[in-house]
Amino acid sequence: MQMYLPIAEVSVNIFVLLGLGGIVGFLSGMFGVGGGFLITPLLFFIGIPPAIAVATGANQVVASSVSGVLAHLRRRTVDFRMGLVLLAGGLAGSTLGIGVFARFSAAGQVDLLIQLSYVLFLGLIGALMLQESLRALRRATRPGAKPRRSHEHLLVHRLPLKMKFRTSGLYISVIPPVCVGALVGFLAAIMGVGGGFIMVPAMIYVLGMPTKVVVGTSLFQIIFITGFTTVMHATTSFSVDMALALLLIIGGVIGAQIGAQAGLKLKAEQLRILLALLVLAVAAKIALDLVLQPAELYSLTPMRLP
Amino acid sequence: MIRLFAFLMMIAPAFAQETVVAGLSQTRVSITAQFQGSEILVYGAVKRNAPEPEGPPLQVIITAEGPAMPVMVRSKDRRFGLWVNTSAVQIDQAPSFYAIATTAPLPQILTETEDLRHRISIPRAIRAVGVAAENLDAPSFTEALIRIRAASGAYGMREGAVTLSQDTLFRADVALPANLTEGDYRVRIFLTRGGVVIDSLESTINVRKEGLERWLTNLARQQPLIYGLMSLLIAVVAGWAASVGFRLLRA
Repeated sequence: MQMYLPIAEVSVNIFVLLGLGGIVGFLSGMFGVGGGFLITPLLFFIGIPPAIAVATGANQVVASSVSGVLAHLRRRTVDFRMGLVLLAGGLAGSTLGIGVFARFSAAGQVDLLIQLSYVLFLGLIGALMLQESLRALRRATRPGAKPRRSHEHLLVHRLPLKMKFRTSGLYISVIPPVCVGALVGFLAAIMGVGGGFIMVPAMIYVLGMPTKVVVGTSLFQIIFITGFTTVMHATTSFSVDMALALLLIIGGVIGAQIGAQAGLKLKAEQLRILLALLVLAVAAKIALDLVLQPAELYSLTPMRLP
Repeated sequence: MIRLFAFLMMIAPAFAQETVVAGLSQTRVSITAQFQGSEILVYGAVKRNAPEPEGPPLQVIITAEGPAMPVMVRSKDRRFGLWVNTSAVQIDQAPSFYAIATTAPLPQILTETEDLRHRISIPRAIRAVGVAAENLDAPSFTEALIRIRAASGAYGMREGAVTLSQDTLFRADVALPANLTEGDYRVRIFLTRGGVVIDSLESTINVRKEGLERWLTNLARQQPLIYGLMSLLIAVVAGWAASVGFRLLRA
C-alpha cells in the first residue's frame, strides 16, 4: 500500500516504513540508543531526500525514546539529575553543531562530513565497546579472577564542583558530564542522530555509571536533544515530514516496548557485545561506501526557489 | 474573377493550413495521501482548410513538463583514497519532470534547428546557460543530470507512443509518476512535416496537493514553530500511548 508523503514529495510503501520503524524501535528499547544512526541511513536507502530523513529521523527518535524511558521509569532506572546535567551540555553542543552543519552544507561537503563522522565515531566506539565487553565476559567465565573494584577513583572524582547522583550511586564533579553532553550534542547535530551510541559508552567508561541506570538516563536526555533538533529543523529548513514521522513512530513505539522486554532477558555484557557489533557493522558499511568507487559519480541537489 | 479563383486554387497547397486542436482528459491532478500517479490522456485532431498536402508525412510530438528549478550537480573523485565531491555545476533550470511521446523516432521528425527553437528534446529542455564557461567538463554534468533523472523515471522519451490515425486523429497517454512535485505542468503538442514544426498548442495541468496533504504543507511552511511542536507532541503522545497500551496488554 503506497502513501504520498506531503513534505518529502515521494510515494512510499506504508509497510516498509512501519517495519523500518519497528526494527529501529526494537533496538532502541533493547540498547537504550535512540536508533538515529540506523534510521537516517535506512531512510536515504528507500529514497527519502537526505535533509528530510535527518529531520524526520530525529522526530521518530523522540517517540521511541519516550516509550523506552517510561519502561525504565517504572523500574526506577533513570537518573534525572545526571540527565539534566548532560542535557545542559548537550543543548550547547547541539547549537554549535547545527552551525558547523550549515557551513559544510553550503560548501557541498556535508555528505563527506556525515560519512566521516559516522565511520570515525561508530568505528571507535564500537571497537572499544567490543574489546571491553569481551574482556568482561572472559573475566566472568574464568573463576578466581580478580573482580572489578566497585569503587574506583577515576579523574571524575578529583575535579571540583562535585555533586551527588543518588540513582547512579556516584559523587562526582559535574564538569565531565557537561563535557560529555556537549560532545554528544555536537556530534548529534552533525550526524543527525540522538547520540545514544556515544552517550551509553561514555557514561559507563568515562563517568563510571552502573549499566542498569545508563540506558534509562541516556533515553531521558535523548528525548530533549532530538526534540530540540526536530523543532530547529522544522523552523529553519521545513524538513520534518509529519506523515513519514507518524508511520515510523507507530512501528517504532511498538518495537521499543518489545525491545525493552528482550533487553531484560539478556546479560549486560551480552547486550554490550551485540550493540558493539551493530555499531561496527554500520561503520563498516559507510566506510566501504567511501572507499569503493560508487556506481554513479554524480549527485543532484535540487535548489528550491524562495 | 474566374481567373483569380483558378490562381488561388493553384497556390492553395502551398498555403494549406494545418492546425492542431486538442484536449486533455483532465487539467487538474489532486495529490492526496493515496496518490499513486495519474494517467493523462492527450487527444486531438488536425484541422485543415484544404486537402492534405503532398510530401513528407504528418508527425505529432507531445511533451509534458513539470515546474523547472535550479539543480546543483556534483561529481565525485578519488582524494586520499576516499570518494568525495570535488566539482559542482549549477544547472539554471531543469524541469522536475519531462516526458516526450512521438509518432516516430525524434531525429527523423524534427530538425536540430527546430529542436533548438522549441526546446523539445530532453537536453534542450534543460537550460544550462553559461555552464560551459564555468567548467570545462560541463556537458558531462548535464548528461549526468539526464541519466539520473531518466533512471528515476522523471525524464523519459517514448518514441512511437502517439497513435495517429488517418493523419488526422491522434492520442497518447502521459503517465505522471507517484513522486510528483506540486505546480503547473505544461503540455505541448507539435505537428511536424519534414522536420519542421507547422503548428503547436500548449495547455496546462494543475497539480495540487489536497486535503490533509495540503493542510500539512501549508502549516509546515507558514507556521513552522507550531508544526514542529505539533510533530513533537505527536511523538511524545505516541510514545506514552504505546507504553501504557503494552502495560495494559500484559496486565
